[in-house]
Amino acid sequence: MQRIGVFVCWCGSNIAGTVDVKAVAEALSHEPGVVFSTDYQYMCSQAGQDMIKASVAEHHLTGIVVCSCSPRMHEATFRKTATAAGLNPYMVEIANIREQCSWVHKDMPIGTEKAIILGKAAVAKVHLNAPLTPGESPVTKRALVIGGGIAGIQTALDIADAGFKVDIVEKKPTIGGKMAQLDKTFPTLDCAACILTPKMVDVAQHENVRIFSYSEVSEVKGFVGNFDVTIKKHARFVKEDLCTGCGACVDKCPMKKVPNEFNLGMDNRPAIYIPFAQAVPKVATIDPAHCNMLKNGKCGLCARVCTAGAIDYTQQDEYVQEKYGAIVVATGFNPISMDKFDEFAYNQSKDVITSLEFERLTNAAGPTAGKLLRPSDGAHPHTLVFVQCVGSRCTACAEKGKEYCSKICCMYTAKHAMLVRDKYPDVDVYVFYIDVRTPGKNFDEFYRRAVEEYGVKYIKGTVGKVVPENGVLKVQASDLLNNKQLHIDADMVVLAAAIEPDRSARPLATMLTASMDTNDFFTEAHPKLRPVESPTAGVFLSGACQGPKDIPETVSQAGAAASKVIGLLAKDKLMGNPCVASSNEAMCNGCSSCANVCPYGAITYEDKEFRMPDRTVALRRVAKVNPAVCQGCGCCTVACPSGAMDLNGFKNDQILAEVDAICK
Amino acid sequence: MNVRYFPGCTLKTKAKDLDAYARRSAEALGVTLDEPKDWQCCGGMFTSANDEVATKLSSVRLLKDAAASEQPLVTVCSACHNVVKQTNHAMQTDAAFADRVNRYLGDDAYHGEATVYHYLELLRDVVGYGAIKEKVVNPLKGKKIACYYGCLLLRPGSVMRMDDPENPSIMEDLVRALGAEPVIFANRNECCGGYMTMESPALAQKKSEAVIRNAKANGADLIITACPLCRYNLNKQSDDLPIVYFTELLAEALGVKEEPHE
Repeated sequence: MQRIGVFVCWCGSNIAGTVDVKAVAEALSHEPGVVFSTDYQYMCSQAGQDMIKASVAEHHLTGIVVCSCSPRMHEATFRKTATAAGLNPYMVEIANIREQCSWVHKDMPIGTEKAIILGKAAVAKVHLNAPLTPGESPVTKRALVIGGGIAGIQTALDIADAGFKVDIVEKKPTIGGKMAQLDKTFPTLDCAACILTPKMVDVAQHENVRIFSYSEVSEVKGFVGNFDVTIKKHARFVKEDLCTGCGACVDKCPMKKVPNEFNLGMDNRPAIYIPFAQAVPKVATIDPAHCNMLKNGKCGLCARVCTAGAIDYTQQDEYVQEKYGAIVVATGFNPISMDKFDEFAYNQSKDVITSLEFERLTNAAGPTAGKLLRPSDGAHPHTLVFVQCVGSRCTACAEKGKEYCSKICCMYTAKHAMLVRDKYPDVDVYVFYIDVRTPGKNFDEFYRRAVEEYGVKYIKGTVGKVVPENGVLKVQASDLLNNKQLHIDADMVVLAAAIEPDRSARPLATMLTASMDTNDFFTEAHPKLRPVESPTAGVFLSGACQGPKDIPETVSQAGAAASKVIGLLAKDKLMGNPCVASSNEAMCNGCSSCANVCPYGAITYEDKEFRMPDRTVALRRVAKVNPAVCQGCGCCTVACPSGAMDLNGFKNDQILAEVDAICK
Repeated sequence: MNVRYFPGCTLKTKAKDLDAYARRSAEALGVTLDEPKDWQCCGGMFTSANDEVATKLSSVRLLKDAAASEQPLVTVCSACHNVVKQTNHAMQTDAAFADRVNRYLGDDAYHGEATVYHYLELLRDVVGYGAIKEKVVNPLKGKKIACYYGCLLLRPGSVMRMDDPENPSIMEDLVRALGAEPVIFANRNECCGGYMTMESPALAQKKSEAVIRNAKANGADLIITACPLCRYNLNKQSDDLPIVYFTELLAEALGVKEEPHE
């Protein structure tokens, strides 16, 4: 028989305001096994915890019930208290009489009655609690960062600087991501390449960092501290270790008409290419879809001009197996397709472009060498119209756009408008907006400067239609503040397209069993208190894969994710969660129901010899749970038809005892 | 195959061509159009009066008839199509509306069981553009054709579920199947002025002119439409650019175009 102590918390007036805590303590003192029952203002305070410890000693308690807030808040606190008092931490039960009682009731008698029932259930459960001891598992001291944009680079650098090994897997031929494509960065207008490329070089030269470029993660197994990852290295048909990046092959390649993805298709590149001058690694890559040699065996020019002998037309995709202790997702974002927004005539006119295309157009290394030229005919434009929120904040049109705010567009549009007016004061610039959102250090000042100093015409309202006609873009829009319809003849229209997570994110989330929201952004473990951790242990989030972010925010989050990884890798062993499933082999019939519902792949089967009552030996297939992989979700215990599967700490008889206590 | 075919009032009066060519083309494609007996006006321009039940009743009777016949209901006029599809959608999704309507209808209640197709959907999804291409005897080679959708045919997109209202291809793909070259122009899904032609002819004129000008600027020889009102408005403003129903073009390509009987 357990000796149980009950501790009822007031939580100031949070609980005591709607629950008669003294009545609860009194009522629970009559429950079987309860030898001590009391109430206190703040049970989580040092004084409250000391009281629990003293009571354990004084009354020889074997179990503790704390009636307080949600176990998500303070279960860990009270488990530590129990440990300090010499009890097994799993002999503590929390009755949630705050979130599930006092906060949802207004009436004191009803609240009190419910609190007593919840307390009784917890007492009934403690009677059946057994001490549990967590297992230990070792930690592989190497981290994997998936994605080599600014988020991945910063995370990798911070982890590497702390002395741990880290690998970056990047699916493109070079790291750098979206930031490498940008021109200037707000709000200080320093050039993106000037601040990014030194970091790219740092990460490439760091002794603790390996970069797998042109590679993808193809399989992830294992669990926190012990991930087994398969990386697929796409054949680039160039030996990375031999290529010097001289570019002779790029110059000689006769197939020069491949749309250049780095410039968003606004110019062409050869079939063998180096994405941009500062690419890391600076190694050529052959695009097999366009290479004549690979397609029909005719050409071979690049191999002939390569003095390093780096070209290898026979190269195959390669798979690399590696172990990691932690995984950081930094898969980034893309602008959404403009196909469903053809009221802006993006598919009809070359002069309607997205903001990312505009970045390339104003970039000195871009297709026009930084000159603002109209894409259709190379003429100097005189009127530019920027349209914000194209596909963002689309509450009425969720089928075509996104309901969320893409967050970065207000600032980059202000930047674009300002840069155009600065370089070309003769150009008229209009910006159509729903709201201008510029909360960030020095952000609003930046936007005000665009309006007040640079004379950008900001118009509250939206563009309804763009009609390309005889070389002019006829823009029809509404000016909401003046209640007027506007007709503007523009030379170029720039669309601030909403951003969405990269398409690789969803299959990756499935591989990692990491959760996502309806927009395919990775979900954080807690939106405020654990913003860089995924709910899946050992998986961390960096950058725009978790939500739209600008560069300053991305870099902060990247550092935060790195610090969480460093904290994990600094441990030699990880304490597991003892509240995991276990199978009663005598009852298990090997039906696979549990393995089919297990989201973590923690259940396997083995053939085991059983001695039967008639003294024969039978071979039976039974379920086996890997406690290091099991997360204790309990799906298997519900699915098991024979009742063989049970969850430590939440055993079927414990749950039923609680239900009985509630229904009594 | 057989389908229920609802021509609607305008196709019996002002837009006989639209109807006649639709019937001949269907015959050539092996589709039998069964016209229900004693049909009434779809409710026409009352489409925007959402709270009005009485004007929706004739559409619901039509839909009920189609559901009972277990055949899809096909309409060809943009406005009829819009009214009938919106009404069917409301019967499926708006329980209070369906309840009020059903109280007028007597014993067996209707909850949107019928399938409604625009004639273009029939061509694309049931007959198939591939099959049409095979039956073309008179390919319209070299013709540059502007497909004019107007505002009503595809909108609201979530109810019509026919094509992307801002970037459609259903008529362009048909034009390609018939051997001609579609002309994409921005104003293809802008309003022609519609009923404003009664109240403010100048405004309707402005809207129609913008459509025609934009089609011409993109090199069109011909505009096709599915809507009698669009054709009426555009015709008034067009001097040299012919505006015809898409069914006429279809009939021509299928070799069944002859002067319609009056």
